[in-house]
Amino acid sequence: MTVAVVRFGGSNCDRDAARALSYLGIENEVVWHEDGLSEDVMGVVLPGGFSYGDYLRAGAMAARSPIMREVREAADAGVPVLGICNGAQIGCESGLTPGAFTTNESARFQCEPVHLRVERADTPWTARYEAGDVLEIPIAHGEGRYEIREDRLAELEADDRVLFRYCTPEGEVAPSSNPNGSRGAVAGVLGERETVAVLMPHPERATLPSVGTTDGGGILRGFA
Amino acid sequence: MTAYTATVTVRLKRGVLDPEAETTRKALERLGFDLEELRAADRFEIDLDADSEEEAGERAEKMAERLLANPTIHDYSVEVEGR
Repeated sequence: MTVAVVRFGGSNCDRDAARALSYLGIENEVVWHEDGLSEDVMGVVLPGGFSYGDYLRAGAMAARSPIMREVREAADAGVPVLGICNGAQIGCESGLTPGAFTTNESARFQCEPVHLRVERADTPWTARYEAGDVLEIPIAHGEGRYEIREDRLAELEADDRVLFRYCTPEGEVAPSSNPNGSRGAVAGVLGERETVAVLMPHPERATLPSVGTTDGGGILRGFA
Repeated sequence: MTAYTATVTVRLKRGVLDPEAETTRKALERLGFDLEELRAADRFEIDLDADSEEEAGERAEKMAERLLANPTIHDYSVEVEGR
Protein backbone atom coordinates (compact mmCIF):
# COMPACT_ATOMS: atom_id res chain seq x y z
CA MET A 1 0.00 0.00 0.00
CA THR A 2 2.25 2.75 -1.25
CA VAL A 3 2.17 5.77 -3.52
CA ALA A 4 3.82 4.99 -6.87
CA VAL A 5 6.04 7.72 -8.32
CA VAL A 6 6.16 6.73 -11.97
CA ARG A 7 9.55 7.14 -13.59
CA PHE A 8 9.63 7.47 -17.37
CA GLY A 9 12.81 7.76 -19.41
CA GLY A 10 13.60 11.44 -18.91
CA SER A 11 11.74 11.97 -15.63
CA ASN A 12 13.95 14.01 -13.32
CA CYS A 13 11.76 15.04 -10.39
CA ASP A 14 10.86 11.49 -9.38
CA ARG A 15 13.35 11.37 -6.51
CA ASP A 16 12.41 14.86 -5.35
CA ALA A 17 8.78 13.77 -5.19
CA ALA A 18 9.69 10.55 -3.36
CA ARG A 19 11.82 12.44 -0.86
CA ALA A 20 9.11 15.02 -0.21
CA LEU A 21 6.51 12.27 0.30
CA SER A 22 8.83 10.40 2.67
CA TYR A 23 9.41 13.61 4.63
CA LEU A 24 5.64 13.84 5.06
CA GLY A 25 5.53 10.23 6.26
CA ILE A 26 3.79 8.98 3.12
CA GLU A 27 5.02 5.57 2.05
CA ASN A 28 6.12 5.61 -1.57
CA GLU A 29 8.26 3.96 -4.18
CA VAL A 30 9.66 5.01 -7.53
CA VAL A 31 8.21 2.68 -10.18
CA TRP A 32 9.80 2.28 -13.60
CA HIS A 33 7.01 2.72 -16.14
CA GLU A 34 7.64 -0.63 -17.82
CA ASP A 35 7.15 -2.44 -14.51
CA GLY A 36 3.54 -1.29 -14.17
CA LEU A 37 1.54 -0.44 -11.06
CA SER A 38 0.97 -2.86 -8.22
CA GLU A 39 -2.66 -3.82 -7.70
CA ASP A 40 -2.91 -2.27 -4.25
CA VAL A 41 -1.35 1.05 -5.28
CA MET A 42 -2.79 3.78 -3.06
CA GLY A 43 -1.74 6.77 -5.11
CA VAL A 44 0.14 7.78 -8.26
CA VAL A 45 2.51 10.69 -8.84
CA LEU A 46 3.37 11.56 -12.43
CA PRO A 47 6.55 13.53 -11.74
CA GLY A 48 8.27 16.35 -13.55
CA GLY A 49 11.03 16.07 -16.09
CA PHE A 50 11.39 15.66 -19.82
CA SER A 51 9.89 12.26 -20.57
CA TYR A 52 10.92 11.01 -24.00
CA GLY A 53 12.91 14.20 -24.46
CA ASP A 54 9.68 16.17 -24.92
CA TYR A 55 9.62 14.76 -28.46
CA LEU A 56 6.58 15.73 -30.54
CA ARG A 57 4.99 17.60 -27.59
CA ALA A 58 5.80 17.62 -23.89
CA GLY A 59 4.16 14.55 -22.36
CA ALA A 60 2.82 13.18 -25.66
CA MET A 61 4.83 9.95 -25.71
CA ALA A 62 4.52 9.11 -22.01
CA ALA A 63 0.76 9.75 -22.17
CA ARG A 64 0.45 6.92 -24.67
CA SER A 65 2.73 4.42 -22.90
CA PRO A 66 1.13 1.24 -21.51
CA ILE A 67 1.37 2.21 -17.83
CA MET A 68 -1.00 5.11 -18.47
CA ARG A 69 -3.83 2.65 -19.10
CA GLU A 70 -3.19 1.33 -15.59
CA VAL A 71 -3.04 4.86 -14.22
CA ARG A 72 -6.39 5.62 -15.85
CA GLU A 73 -7.94 2.44 -14.41
CA ALA A 74 -6.60 3.32 -10.98
CA ALA A 75 -7.93 6.88 -11.32
CA ASP A 76 -11.34 5.57 -12.37
CA ALA A 77 -11.32 3.35 -9.27
CA GLY A 78 -10.78 6.40 -7.07
CA VAL A 79 -7.01 6.12 -6.52
CA PRO A 80 -5.56 9.64 -6.12
CA VAL A 81 -3.41 10.73 -9.07
CA LEU A 82 -1.29 13.89 -9.08
CA GLY A 83 0.58 15.13 -12.18
CA ILE A 84 3.31 17.68 -11.57
CA CYS A 85 4.90 19.75 -14.37
CA ASN A 86 5.79 17.17 -17.03
CA GLY A 87 3.35 14.93 -15.19
CA ALA A 88 0.70 17.62 -15.71
CA GLN A 89 1.50 17.70 -19.41
CA ILE A 90 1.21 13.89 -19.47
CA GLY A 91 -2.11 14.11 -17.60
CA CYS A 92 -3.59 16.48 -20.16
CA GLU A 93 -2.11 14.63 -23.15
CA SER A 94 -3.63 11.40 -21.85
CA GLY A 95 -7.05 12.97 -21.30
CA LEU A 96 -6.97 12.39 -17.52
CA THR A 97 -7.40 16.14 -17.17
CA PRO A 98 -8.83 18.68 -19.62
CA GLY A 99 -6.91 21.18 -21.73
CA ALA A 100 -3.29 21.26 -22.82
CA PHE A 101 -0.03 22.79 -21.66
CA THR A 102 1.97 24.38 -24.44
CA THR A 103 4.80 26.84 -25.11
CA ASN A 104 5.11 29.69 -22.61
CA GLU A 105 4.07 33.08 -23.91
CA SER A 106 7.70 34.15 -23.46
CA ALA A 107 8.86 31.20 -25.63
CA ARG A 108 11.47 30.64 -22.90
CA PHE A 109 12.08 28.12 -20.15
CA GLN A 110 11.14 29.80 -16.87
CA CYS A 111 12.40 28.74 -13.46
CA GLU A 112 11.14 31.03 -10.72
CA PRO A 113 8.98 31.19 -7.59
CA VAL A 114 5.32 32.04 -8.30
CA HIS A 115 2.23 32.57 -6.22
CA LEU A 116 -0.84 30.37 -6.51
CA ARG A 117 -4.32 31.02 -5.25
CA VAL A 118 -6.19 28.04 -3.88
CA GLU A 119 -9.52 28.14 -5.72
CA ARG A 120 -11.28 25.52 -3.61
CA ALA A 121 -10.36 23.71 -0.44
CA ASP A 122 -12.72 20.73 -0.56
CA THR A 123 -10.41 18.42 -2.52
CA PRO A 124 -7.76 16.02 -1.19
CA TRP A 125 -5.07 18.29 -2.64
CA THR A 126 -6.24 21.46 -0.96
CA ALA A 127 -7.91 20.21 2.22
CA ARG A 128 -4.97 21.62 4.25
CA TYR A 129 -5.66 25.10 2.95
CA GLU A 130 -8.52 27.58 2.84
CA ALA A 131 -10.01 28.77 -0.43
CA GLY A 132 -8.22 32.01 -1.28
CA ASP A 133 -4.95 31.02 0.43
CA VAL A 134 -1.83 32.10 -1.46
CA LEU A 135 0.99 29.58 -1.81
CA GLU A 136 4.54 30.29 -2.93
CA ILE A 137 5.77 27.40 -5.07
CA PRO A 138 8.37 27.35 -7.87
CA ILE A 139 7.73 26.70 -11.54
CA ALA A 140 10.32 25.27 -13.94
CA HIS A 141 8.94 24.82 -17.41
CA GLY A 142 9.08 25.88 -21.03
CA GLU A 143 5.64 24.55 -21.91
CA GLY A 144 3.32 25.52 -19.11
CA ARG A 145 0.83 27.80 -20.82
CA TYR A 146 -2.60 26.34 -20.20
CA GLU A 147 -4.69 26.28 -23.35
CA ILE A 148 -8.31 25.30 -23.70
CA ARG A 149 -11.26 26.57 -25.72
CA GLU A 150 -12.97 29.51 -24.04
CA ASP A 151 -16.27 27.65 -23.76
CA ARG A 152 -14.56 24.60 -22.26
CA LEU A 153 -12.82 26.82 -19.71
CA ALA A 154 -16.18 28.35 -18.82
CA GLU A 155 -17.54 24.83 -18.27
CA LEU A 156 -14.58 23.94 -16.06
CA GLU A 157 -15.08 27.10 -14.04
CA ALA A 158 -18.80 26.40 -13.72
CA ASP A 159 -17.95 22.88 -12.52
CA ASP A 160 -15.37 24.26 -10.06
CA ARG A 161 -12.55 22.27 -11.59
CA VAL A 162 -9.91 25.00 -11.57
CA LEU A 163 -7.79 24.16 -8.54
CA PHE A 164 -5.03 26.80 -8.61
CA ARG A 165 -4.54 30.11 -10.42
CA TYR A 166 -1.39 32.20 -10.71
CA CYS A 167 -1.78 35.33 -8.61
CA THR A 168 0.04 38.22 -6.95
CA PRO A 169 1.47 37.74 -3.43
CA GLU A 170 -1.79 39.35 -2.24
CA GLY A 171 -3.91 36.78 -4.05
CA GLU A 172 -5.07 38.93 -6.94
CA VAL A 173 -5.24 37.27 -10.35
CA ALA A 174 -3.68 39.80 -12.71
CA PRO A 175 -1.95 39.68 -16.10
CA SER A 176 1.32 40.65 -14.37
CA SER A 177 1.14 37.60 -12.10
CA ASN A 178 0.57 35.14 -14.94
CA PRO A 179 4.06 33.80 -15.65
CA ASN A 180 3.39 31.95 -18.90
CA GLY A 181 0.23 33.35 -20.47
CA SER A 182 -2.02 30.55 -19.22
CA ARG A 183 -5.66 30.97 -20.19
CA GLY A 184 -7.63 32.00 -17.14
CA ALA A 185 -4.30 32.08 -15.23
CA VAL A 186 -4.89 28.37 -14.65
CA ALA A 187 -1.98 26.67 -12.88
CA GLY A 188 -3.75 23.45 -11.91
CA VAL A 189 -6.98 21.64 -12.77
CA LEU A 190 -8.97 18.68 -11.60
CA GLY A 191 -9.88 15.65 -13.67
CA GLU A 192 -13.37 14.22 -13.74
CA ARG A 193 -12.88 13.18 -10.13
CA GLU A 194 -11.55 15.42 -7.40
CA THR A 195 -8.97 12.73 -6.67
CA VAL A 196 -7.23 13.46 -9.99
CA ALA A 197 -5.33 16.73 -10.35
CA VAL A 198 -2.47 18.23 -12.32
CA LEU A 199 -0.45 21.39 -11.79
CA MET A 200 2.59 22.96 -13.45
CA PRO A 201 4.27 24.33 -10.27
CA HIS A 202 6.37 21.96 -8.17
CA PRO A 203 4.94 21.27 -4.70
CA GLU A 204 7.69 18.71 -4.08
CA ARG A 205 10.22 21.55 -4.33
CA ALA A 206 8.32 23.46 -1.65
CA THR A 207 7.95 20.78 0.99
CA LEU A 208 11.33 20.20 2.68
CA PRO A 209 12.19 23.09 5.04
CA SER A 210 15.83 22.87 3.95
CA VAL A 211 15.07 23.99 0.38
CA GLY A 212 12.77 26.97 0.87
CA THR A 213 9.08 27.48 1.45
CA THR A 214 7.01 24.54 2.63
CA ASP A 215 3.78 25.79 1.08
CA GLY A 216 3.53 22.80 -1.26
CA GLY A 217 3.49 20.10 1.40
CA GLY A 218 -0.25 20.35 1.85
CA ILE A 219 -0.81 19.37 -1.77
CA LEU A 220 1.23 16.18 -1.39
CA ARG A 221 -0.63 15.42 1.84
CA GLY A 222 -3.54 14.65 -0.44
CA PHE A 223 -2.06 11.14 -0.48
CA ALA A 224 -2.01 10.79 3.30
CA MET B 1 -1.05 -3.14 -52.11
CA THR B 2 0.28 0.14 -53.41
CA ALA B 3 3.00 2.32 -51.96
CA TYR B 4 1.82 5.73 -50.76
CA THR B 5 3.19 8.69 -48.89
CA ALA B 6 0.67 10.27 -46.55
CA THR B 7 1.60 13.78 -45.50
CA VAL B 8 0.07 14.93 -42.23
CA THR B 9 0.27 18.64 -41.49
CA VAL B 10 -0.41 19.64 -37.88
CA ARG B 11 -0.95 23.31 -37.09
CA LEU B 12 -2.21 25.30 -34.14
CA LYS B 13 -5.88 26.20 -34.27
CA ARG B 14 -6.58 29.79 -35.25
CA GLY B 15 -6.46 31.95 -32.17
CA VAL B 16 -3.97 29.79 -30.26
CA LEU B 17 -0.86 31.83 -29.58
CA ASP B 18 2.36 30.52 -31.12
CA PRO B 19 5.26 32.25 -29.32
CA GLU B 20 7.91 30.44 -31.38
CA ALA B 21 6.35 31.55 -34.66
CA GLU B 22 6.07 35.08 -33.27
CA THR B 23 9.75 35.05 -32.31
CA THR B 24 10.63 33.79 -35.79
CA ARG B 25 8.53 36.55 -37.38
CA LYS B 26 10.35 39.18 -35.35
CA ALA B 27 13.72 37.70 -36.33
CA LEU B 28 12.77 37.93 -40.02
CA GLU B 29 11.76 41.54 -39.54
CA ARG B 30 15.08 42.27 -37.89
CA LEU B 31 16.71 40.89 -41.03
CA GLY B 32 14.82 43.50 -43.01
CA PHE B 33 11.99 41.36 -44.37
CA ASP B 34 8.53 42.80 -44.56
CA LEU B 35 5.75 40.41 -43.50
CA GLU B 36 2.31 40.51 -41.97
CA GLU B 37 2.16 37.25 -40.07
CA LEU B 38 3.96 33.93 -39.85
CA ARG B 39 2.42 30.57 -39.02
CA ALA B 40 4.46 27.46 -38.31
CA ALA B 41 3.27 23.87 -38.74
CA ASP B 42 4.61 20.37 -38.23
CA ARG B 43 4.69 18.13 -41.29
CA PHE B 44 4.94 14.35 -41.07
CA GLU B 45 5.63 12.31 -44.20
CA ILE B 46 4.50 8.73 -43.67
CA ASP B 47 5.41 6.02 -46.16
CA LEU B 48 2.95 3.13 -46.07
CA ASP B 49 1.45 0.41 -48.22
CA ALA B 50 -2.33 0.28 -48.59
CA ASP B 51 -5.00 -1.16 -50.85
CA SER B 52 -6.21 2.27 -51.89
CA GLU B 53 -5.52 5.95 -51.52
CA GLU B 54 -8.59 6.20 -49.28
CA GLU B 55 -7.29 3.51 -46.95
CA ALA B 56 -3.88 5.16 -46.77
CA GLY B 57 -5.57 8.45 -45.91
CA GLU B 58 -7.76 6.88 -43.24
CA ARG B 59 -4.80 5.25 -41.57
CA ALA B 60 -2.83 8.49 -41.56
CA GLU B 61 -5.86 10.29 -40.16
CA LYS B 62 -6.03 7.81 -37.27
CA MET B 63 -2.35 8.41 -36.59
CA ALA B 64 -3.00 12.13 -36.44
CA GLU B 65 -5.92 11.67 -34.08
CA ARG B 66 -4.16 9.22 -31.79
CA LEU B 67 -0.78 10.91 -31.50
CA LEU B 68 0.45 13.43 -34.05
CA ALA B 69 -2.08 16.16 -33.20
CA ASN B 70 -3.55 17.28 -29.90
CA PRO B 71 -7.20 18.12 -30.64
CA THR B 72 -7.27 20.72 -27.86
CA ILE B 73 -4.85 23.00 -29.71
CA HIS B 74 -4.35 21.55 -33.20
CA ASP B 75 -6.06 21.15 -36.55
CA TYR B 76 -4.56 18.74 -39.03
CA SER B 77 -4.85 17.85 -42.69
CA VAL B 78 -3.85 14.72 -44.62
CA GLU B 79 -2.71 14.43 -48.22
CA VAL B 80 -1.90 11.14 -49.94
CA GLU B 81 0.26 10.56 -52.99
CA GLY B 82 1.49 7.44 -54.72
CA ARG B 83 5.18 6.81 -54.27
